[in-house]
Amino acid sequence: MAFLDIKQISKRFGTHTVVHDIDISIERGEFVTFLGPSGCGKTTVLRMIAGFEAPTTGAIHVGGHDITQQSPQKRGIGIVFQNYALFPNLNVEQNIGFGLKVRKLPRHDIAAKVAEVMKLVELTGKEAHYPHELSGGQRQRVALARALVVEPKILLLDEPLSALDARIRKNLREQIRDIQRRLQLTTVFVTHDQEEALTLSDRIYVMNQGRVEQHGSAEEIYTRPETEFVARFMGNYNLLKAAEAHQLLGMHIDGHMAIRPESIHVLATGSHELGTFEGVIRRHQLLGGVIRYQVESRGVQLLVDRLNRNAADLMPVGTSVRLQIHGDDMRVVR
Amino acid sequence: MKRTTSRIGAWVAIIVGSAYFLLPLAATFLFSLKMRRDALSFDAYKVVLTDPQFQATFSYSTLMAVLTIVTGILLVVPTAYWIQLKLPRLRGLVEFITLLPLVIPAIVIVFGYLKMYNSSALLPLTAHERSTDLLLVASYVTLSLPYLYRSIDTGLRAVDVRGLTEAAQSLGAGWGEILLRVIFPNVKSAILSGAFLTFAVVIGEFTMASLLNRPAFGPYLQLIGANRAYEPSALAIIAFLVTWASMGLIQVFAHNGRAKPKTA
Repeated sequence: MAFLDIKQISKRFGTHTVVHDIDISIERGEFVTFLGPSGCGKTTVLRMIAGFEAPTTGAIHVGGHDITQQSPQKRGIGIVFQNYALFPNLNVEQNIGFGLKVRKLPRHDIAAKVAEVMKLVELTGKEAHYPHELSGGQRQRVALARALVVEPKILLLDEPLSALDARIRKNLREQIRDIQRRLQLTTVFVTHDQEEALTLSDRIYVMNQGRVEQHGSAEEIYTRPETEFVARFMGNYNLLKAAEAHQLLGMHIDGHMAIRPESIHVLATGSHELGTFEGVIRRHQLLGGVIRYQVESRGVQLLVDRLNRNAADLMPVGTSVRLQIHGDDMRVVR
Repeated sequence: MKRTTSRIGAWVAIIVGSAYFLLPLAATFLFSLKMRRDALSFDAYKVVLTDPQFQATFSYSTLMAVLTIVTGILLVVPTAYWIQLKLPRLRGLVEFITLLPLVIPAIVIVFGYLKMYNSSALLPLTAHERSTDLLLVASYVTLSLPYLYRSIDTGLRAVDVRGLTEAAQSLGAGWGEILLRVIFPNVKSAILSGAFLTFAVVIGEFTMASLLNRPAFGPYLQLIGANRAYEPSALAIIAFLVTWASMGLIQVFAHNGRAKPKTA
């Protein structure tokens, strides 16, 4: 049995089922992400793990113990919220020490633990500040420190970076991952951001309409999507319908053909290798280090990514190109 | 031109409105100073403030107000908190119930109490003075419910009640700790606003105290008003000052509440 074992869990609000019989297994020390669009049920699953919502059916086990009916107070699970949920009447030190005070630890122990965790999240010197005197990133680090100081069995992160600007978000996510690795803390992260999920996670559960569409390592999820939804959600996959796949590649398939834009090779003009086909550039888009081309070939529109190494890499609209896709870069998805 | 006319109109409205409220007050104040023949003095205030009955009734009403505030807060804060956290669908119903004391006259409520809790009833609260005091406090809690509930509910709405509660729960806090350490401190200014409003309502309340035959400040005001000339004016000014002080304190705490944002 895994450290966090969620078995056949479902949640209904009235007649509306938001989570359908989900199974999730997370090992001790793993960083797992629930990834999906708004309303896919990822936060509801997180809230059931925390104990804020009771599952309609199913069970949750932590370390072999059934915690399904346990109150949130007794679960020993820390949570960081999107909107921080810091106590406005308490300063940084008091906010972080709240959980230790509730546990009635001696004052000097509280002070020592708070100082240690403040150092960990690089907040030393901000002890006397109140939440409204801090920036968004600092508030979220206080929330993280407050959750960490009580040494939770599991850390839940409910879209903790969504309210922050891009630069702070990037710094903080690196800091979160670094702390998680150092403490070997079992962590569940909820996000709708694919990039965050891919950069942070040991494993990802992609969720859609209350169900797990696919789970696996970041690499597996990105390169080997199993469903049309995962392929669409994880990036800018070319998703060819059966008829288009036949038209372009002469293949008969059931479902869709998923091809990553960066796995389509642009060959030198005049190349007539086997398995190549011709196309015409209809549009291009500069994405920093990558140039994204829209290429029309045999009546099918394809997205093709090429590295932007120098000015010569930018091919003008109307240029004829030869394209090649290797067999293992084409995936048939449900 | 149009702007000047509207500005003049605004000033006229302010002057007329101020005169409507301030002239009777100024006249009452002036009259209260005329106790000594041919000279203005604070004699009427001296008489009132040294009257043992004034001290006794004012102290009694103050005590009743404090008990009302404490009981009201203990009743309303957990109720409003629970409604916001768990039963938001009941908010309309609870708001309606808390508004009823404004619609039902105090005399109807007190007659209901007398019928329910008279000396021959199952719970004879009016049989003894102390238990009648309890009944009076309960009736004052009812009277102050519209002000206290609204004030506290507004305060709670300005706070992320669900987020703070769940954060505290995940840190191991029980319901008592959540209410005392998280919710109460964050709606302190709203509670104090409600408390001062309650104090202002209770301190001069007449109907309940009179019909329950309790020695409160309201019936004393009425008694003095019926039998003396200058002292009632002095008492009216004192009552105004108490009310204004309460309102001023509400403003002070409301301002302090705004100065420190409630959302983290």
